[in-house]
Amino acid sequence: MIEKLSLVGFGAGGWGSLLLQAGLMTLAVSMVAFLVGLFVGTLVAWARISGSRPVRAFASAYVSVFRGVPDILVIYLFFFGGRQFLTAIGTAIGIQGPFEVSGFVAGALAVGLISSASQSEVLRGAYQAVPKGTIEAGSVVGMTRLTLFRRVIVPQALVTAIPGLGNQWQGVVKDSAVVSVTGLVEIMRQVAVASGSTREYLLFAGAGAVLYLIITTLSDQITRAAERSVRHGEKRKVA
Amino acid sequence: MNIAFLSDIFYKLLSGVPLTLNLTIVSLIGGGILALLLNSMRATLVGNAVASAYVFLFRGTPLLIQIFVIYYGLSAIPFIRHSFLWTFLREPYWCGLLALILNDAAYTSEILRGAFRAVPPGSYEAAKVVGMTPWSTFRRISSPIALRQAMPAYSSEVVALLKGTALVSTITLMEVTGIASAAVRETWRAIEIFLCAAVIYLTLSLLVTWLFAYAEGRLSPWLFREAR
Repeated sequence: MIEKLSLVGFGAGGWGSLLLQAGLMTLAVSMVAFLVGLFVGTLVAWARISGSRPVRAFASAYVSVFRGVPDILVIYLFFFGGRQFLTAIGTAIGIQGPFEVSGFVAGALAVGLISSASQSEVLRGAYQAVPKGTIEAGSVVGMTRLTLFRRVIVPQALVTAIPGLGNQWQGVVKDSAVVSVTGLVEIMRQVAVASGSTREYLLFAGAGAVLYLIITTLSDQITRAAERSVRHGEKRKVA
Repeated sequence: MNIAFLSDIFYKLLSGVPLTLNLTIVSLIGGGILALLLNSMRATLVGNAVASAYVFLFRGTPLLIQIFVIYYGLSAIPFIRHSFLWTFLREPYWCGLLALILNDAAYTSEILRGAFRAVPPGSYEAAKVVGMTPWSTFRRISSPIALRQAMPAYSSEVVALLKGTALVSTITLMEVTGIASAAVRETWRAIEIFLCAAVIYLTLSLLVTWLFAYAEGRLSPWLFREAR
């Protein structure tokens, strides 16, 4: 039993430090994906709120597509499709392959775009929850659109957006496990490699699950703290 | 890109749709029953702790690792290899199905819990006052209110589960995604093949969304009267 546990430890023959590195890789790919999702999600939400009719239709079609297609398929498409695309361009301009797409880039982009669809819905909902009177009041006192956005819309929208965005972040972390199909050594991939070479499937899968649980639990705490801090100015409701 | 190749691939991929639907529907039924059991366990203190731990575990880890544990992990336990369970667990189909059911149960039980919490306390009191038994209160008062409340969230869960079935292609099941990746390995035409598969999933998930929207409109028409 003890010998088995030392396999996930940090001593000689232990996979502990590799697992921790894989955990950092999961965090890195998730963070890039989340930021991509936040950026694109903001644009999509903006398009759905104040775009012209065709722009709104395009944005809502975008959301339906990325919410309706499995994550693994989008990742495959970016990873293998990206390679096919680059090779086609390469042969067209006379550069001989082989072209490779990095698993990190393809994975972060795919997971990010998938997440952008849901993040846009969170942001749109948060914007719509801002009382219209406060926006009117802001423009009446002569605020520019930027000031209005920065000082009236964002502080109020954040209160509703933060719990939703926290959920999205956790979704991104869980989706990042699927990026393992590109060979990127994050937690899931490291678990598969380590358990394949030691034949200790349950032990390493358990260690991987614990790493994911640590990340999701900590994220939950951070989200709650963030929610409390943006609620600071609000009057506490008497429960 | 030629049409003959595309239609050929499309037909090939369509042959995986029955397995995708089979996994989705059976997991929904199994997950739904397990979710009800989990929620009824919450009545006692110990049961509540067990149900919370279950939900924490299955919602806090990726579905892919759950599939991995069940497919590779359980088969490594000698006890299971020598029990009657082995007739099921050596088949990738049953492993994938089990993972999907366990995962769906965690999410569905949280949806149900939220929905039952949203039932106004006054309606329970009213039922009690007119002398309803707990069972008929559940059947005629709280579950109709809660199920309507749960529809939008459950619709997203059904779509998530449909998309989740694609992950069982990693344990060799030949549903739509499994067939697609096998075809890509043969032909190296990733873009065409995966886009075709995406179209199939998109159609299925739009269908689910529409069905739920229709059912919602029928079940709570007063919410939609203004929109019409």
